[in-house]
Amino acid sequence: MPTSLRYVFRRLVQALPMAFAIVLLNFLLLKLTPGDLADVIAGESGSATPEFMENLRRLYGLDIPVHLQFLNYIQGILHFDLGYSFRQGMPVGELILERLPATILLSLTAILFALLIGVLLGVVAARSRGSLLDEAISVVSTMGFATPLFWVGLMLIVLFSIELRWLPSAGMVTVGADYRGRWDEWLDIGRHLVLPAVTLSLFFLSIYVRITRSAMLEVYGLDFVRTARAKGLTEARVVIRHVLRNALLPIVTVTGLQLGAIFGGTVVVETVFGWPGLGRLAQEAVFSRDVNLLLGIFLCSSFIVIVVNLAVDLLYAALDPRVEVRQ
Amino acid sequence: MSLSAPTHGGMPGGILQRLMRTPGLRRLRGSRALLVGLLLLATVVAVALSAGLLYPGDPRDMAGPAGTWPGIDARFSLGTDMLGRDMAAAMAHSAGTSLTVGIAAAALALLVGIAAGVLAGYFGGAVDDVLMRISELFQTMPSLLFTIILVVILGPTTASISFAIGITAWPQIARLVRAEAVRVRRLDYVDAAVTLGMGHGRIVLLHVLPNSLAPVVVAASILVAQAILSDASLSFLGLGDPNGMSWGSMVGAGRPMLRTAWYMTALPGGAIFLTVMGFMLIGNGLNDLLNPRTPVR
Repeated sequence: MPTSLRYVFRRLVQALPMAFAIVLLNFLLLKLTPGDLADVIAGESGSATPEFMENLRRLYGLDIPVHLQFLNYIQGILHFDLGYSFRQGMPVGELILERLPATILLSLTAILFALLIGVLLGVVAARSRGSLLDEAISVVSTMGFATPLFWVGLMLIVLFSIELRWLPSAGMVTVGADYRGRWDEWLDIGRHLVLPAVTLSLFFLSIYVRITRSAMLEVYGLDFVRTARAKGLTEARVVIRHVLRNALLPIVTVTGLQLGAIFGGTVVVETVFGWPGLGRLAQEAVFSRDVNLLLGIFLCSSFIVIVVNLAVDLLYAALDPRVEVRQ
Repeated sequence: MSLSAPTHGGMPGGILQRLMRTPGLRRLRGSRALLVGLLLLATVVAVALSAGLLYPGDPRDMAGPAGTWPGIDARFSLGTDMLGRDMAAAMAHSAGTSLTVGIAAAALALLVGIAAGVLAGYFGGAVDDVLMRISELFQTMPSLLFTIILVVILGPTTASISFAIGITAWPQIARLVRAEAVRVRRLDYVDAAVTLGMGHGRIVLLHVLPNSLAPVVVAASILVAQAILSDASLSFLGLGDPNGMSWGSMVGAGRPMLRTAWYMTALPGGAIFLTVMGFMLIGNGLNDLLNPRTPVR
């Protein structure tokens, strides 16, 4: 037990400098932005005498040395005070918390979908290695990398919303819908979720196909698989219990590593589908050049990536006892 | 001078040698992807270079009736957009923008990545630690968001967009080069160079650097592909260079017309896809040729 506790502790200690570096980077970007908070407020209020500006700078602590400003900044972040968005008329922290659940729902659905289909295709490709089917799956997964997500989303809208009229094209719920209970509402959200989730999953699907295929091929040749076969286990059992289970470890790792990319993907996909999450909020911030809000979103999503990767590492250690020994 | 250039494994010579050693069948398979990729790329480059000749004048000028579908009017093979501008002309003029940003961003990422990788791999220790922690930082944060913020702060120009994309893409190159540099550092000819009293600068530039570049060849074309995709996303989000035309911004502009004229989004999006696919196929083909045993990433 003490060794695993030490491992947990070490991972935590390793994550802290990363979090600090993200905060520092965020602060530097804020300082790099032309025009400070006083300029923004003066611009919004329409009056800007030099005395007024000076008062503002003193009020917001912009007249003190930069390193002290940085300390104030850290203090703010520790209280989840990420500043105020004058364009949205709300504190940045509140805005982010309001939008976060929609993004989590979308990302998790997309990852699950990608995992399901990607692993399946990867297993099929590995089992039929070198065949035409294997080649076809490989070509399709390359195409998944090469397609701009926003374009896929728009084309799906053309097909499924405009031509076939099967699924809604925008938003998270039907505007003005009259639900007759919880189920009705969930069903409605689910219908709105299909297209954005499928679009977002495409990129990950391609990655999962490749990783599953190569991991499966690696494990196939190992002794314990031959032993399992020699024991007379059915092929399905060998594949699922022995091969796939070992191939899943790299998949877990990659999911953690690609989480930053999924946040990038949500900006584009939520913009296309009008999904009311963090990505859409980022697009609104781009549109109004609201750097403060953008930096808040950047900081929060970076922290989420760090925390999830920490969790993945710990999960990994729990799944694979060898990890601890190797460290 | 006679000692300075190892005859094996240097950049151009090394690739040729490996090509020669590749078994015929693998070479065929690899070169099929390579061939299709090169063909796609050649087409895009040709269109980009001849855009001014094929479609003289400003592609942003009104050329005919608005919203003409492709194939209706012989003058407009790819139709016209909602303002009556020739789609084919706009798309041809956009090709250069995408290629420029893609290649410039990739070049920056290669420069930073190779420098960081060679230094980290050759010197090891604290240099290695610091550079690898920085590269981890870049790999952890959502890079598209970081790119967006940089472009918003610096203002959207071709240069700032290329910079913002390139500066987030170098860690993957750094890691590849570092692994090679660590391997090369232990080889005899580096020891020999040290024994001869060569300085770190000469050893790194003449021995370690040229022999650590092989995996970069494949990665470079994938890098351009990714950069073109990022650039397309930025212009779709309205962060493209307002003075230039681009496929991404054409997709964004065509979006409100999706219901009645989806070709305005489909066509420029297809152009992005084919260009990116071209670079990906070249990367995959080169990988099959150069590393016959490793599966394509």
